[in-house]
Amino acid sequence: MAKSIDVSDLNIYYGDFLAVEGVTLTIPAKSVTALIGPSGCGKSTFLRSLNRMHEVIPGARVEGKVVIDGQDIYGSDIDPVQVRRQIGMVFQRPNPFPTMSIYDNVIAGQRLNAKKMKKSDADDVVERSLRSANLWEEVKQRLNRPGASLSGGQQQRLCIARAIAVEPQVLLMDEPASALDPISTSAIEDLIHELKADYTIVIVTHNMQQAARVSEDTGFFNLAGAGLPGRLVEFNSTKKIFSTPDEPSTEAYISGRFG
Amino acid sequence: MSTQTTQARSDRSHLPLSHPRLPTWAPRLVAALAIAAAGLVSLTLGWGVVAWVLLAVVVFAIALPAWSLKVENGRAAKDRFVTTLVWIAFGTALVPLGSLMWKVVSEGVPVLSAEFFTYSMRNVIGEGGGIYHAIIGTLLVTAGAAAISVPVGILSAIYLVEYGGKSRMARTVTFLVDVMTGIPSIVAGLFAYALFALMFGPGIRFGFGGSVALSVLMIPIVVRSVEEMLKLVPHELREASYALGVPKWRTIVKVVLPTAMSGIVTGVMLAVARVMGETAPLLIIAGSTDSVNWSLFGERMMTLPVFVYYSYMQPGVPPAFGQARAWGAALVLIAIVMALNLLARWIGRRFAPKTGR
Ligand SMILES: Nc1ncnc2c1ncn2[C@@H]1O[C@H](COP(=O)(O)OP(=O)(O)OP(=O)(O)O)[C@@H](O)[C@H]1O
Ligand SMILES: [Mg+2]
Repeated sequence: MAKSIDVSDLNIYYGDFLAVEGVTLTIPAKSVTALIGPSGCGKSTFLRSLNRMHEVIPGARVEGKVVIDGQDIYGSDIDPVQVRRQIGMVFQRPNPFPTMSIYDNVIAGQRLNAKKMKKSDADDVVERSLRSANLWEEVKQRLNRPGASLSGGQQQRLCIARAIAVEPQVLLMDEPASALDPISTSAIEDLIHELKADYTIVIVTHNMQQAARVSEDTGFFNLAGAGLPGRLVEFNSTKKIFSTPDEPSTEAYISGRFG
Repeated sequence: MSTQTTQARSDRSHLPLSHPRLPTWAPRLVAALAIAAAGLVSLTLGWGVVAWVLLAVVVFAIALPAWSLKVENGRAAKDRFVTTLVWIAFGTALVPLGSLMWKVVSEGVPVLSAEFFTYSMRNVIGEGGGIYHAIIGTLLVTAGAAAISVPVGILSAIYLVEYGGKSRMARTVTFLVDVMTGIPSIVAGLFAYALFALMFGPGIRFGFGGSVALSVLMIPIVVRSVEEMLKLVPHELREASYALGVPKWRTIVKVVLPTAMSGIVTGVMLAVARVMGETAPLLIIAGSTDSVNWSLFGERMMTLPVFVYYSYMQPGVPPAFGQARAWGAALVLIAIVMALNLLARWIGRRFAPKTGR
């Protein structure tokens, strides 16, 4: 069910400001791809352009192609809503819906789209998603409590459960563990390991060890200079990136010599 | 320069975390003394109560900081002085409110009776009669105004916040809403009258016209408050919804509006309370009558503010009864508005997103 993503010559703008320039890469299906790079180099921007969340920002636009399953998602006949149903997203800051219970948060994708579901089916989806997100044991007694009553790490896992409850083909994660303690982080990393059997996963992270632990491939983004757009410097298998990268700047960044 | 540094250095050698403080009862003592002293002066000079209070306040505002300066330090004295000023401002603001409530309650309460609430003024001369017809009228006219303004206002606000962005259309709407906010209520009444006179001929008077006039005043208030509330909904929530493949309109209906609901309800209730007391437009277009009228669309309709106006201006002979009824109706009007405000707070709390912490 998972699909690979082919990106070619992608330029991403905020109004007149070119934030990311000339990205070409192929994200393989059913594997984890990590994006690393210094702050402000456009990792989040690139990630958001993969499911057409970028254009939600006024004035933001994209040039180039993002092809998934033979279709360019920026084609003129493409419905962004359909794209987002196939390509889910977990945000850097957990954002559960404050008006909804834990249960309703998990099933929000279905409820908000007014999908008719039997109660038992809905219960199944909620339990399965919460189990995959490693949250079920902690919340099964209080599914009707507000989603905002959970701790930050639990909220993040709730958002992951919400994203996988709609069974997308691809899961984009923007620093999903940046606000979490080591235990929640490793829970999320375990989760990513399990999920890659069914999903194509792209994860942005500042944590080199995390990238090395969870990903098959790694893309290194960098700024050519102050005020210049971010670019994809190197895209290679994670092993290669962390042992013998092709580019000297990748080497420098990974060994902590700059950025 | 160098002396200053040595000064600072030497100050750092010990850590002054405490300084002498006035006892907690100091303000009370000073207040008592100030009142007593001012009272003495007033009695000897034969001043009234107002002068007495003013003098006491001035004495207090000087004496307490002075004492503080002596015992504590400059910053504490300033703090006491400013605190006193803030309390004086607060008290001054309360004076009109307090005296108004006192006057309305003391004049209004004696009139209240079962008859007052259940009878109209039909065939009543002199004593007796009631404001049943005016209460019905006010509730109907205001409900009509809300029925027009709430959808228009909420939809406009949704357009402005969610769709308009910085477009020319959105800027025009915002500008027009601003202009509408400043429309004098009498002009709103004339507008409604002119509108319906064109349709049904001159001399037209009916309750729905009043609703239209009030909605001219109410729409900008609703737009403004709902707009503010929608802007408060974090953008992350909208993005969370989009990322689940939810279309924009569903996101607005099912995520944005519920999240902002408590604020929207409160804003709408306050707008209702605000227009409920309008007199001028209703005088023109809803008119005045002595009998109960249940239909917004036919015949004149009495409302509480208009009732108060006519009862006071044309109290009949003898005038005492009419004027007493005016106070009673004013009290009822204030009570209704206050009840709406309380209801708005209660509903606001009911709908508020629950954090459960
Ligand atoms: N909403 C926006 N409007 C305008 N410019 C933006 C916006 N969001 C990001 N940018 C700019 O785009 C560039 C890339 O930002 P982006 O958020 O993608 O960086 P990032 O690599 O995710 O950084 P970090 O690691 O700090 O999250 C930056 O120069 C940033 O200032
Ligand atoms: Mg980022």
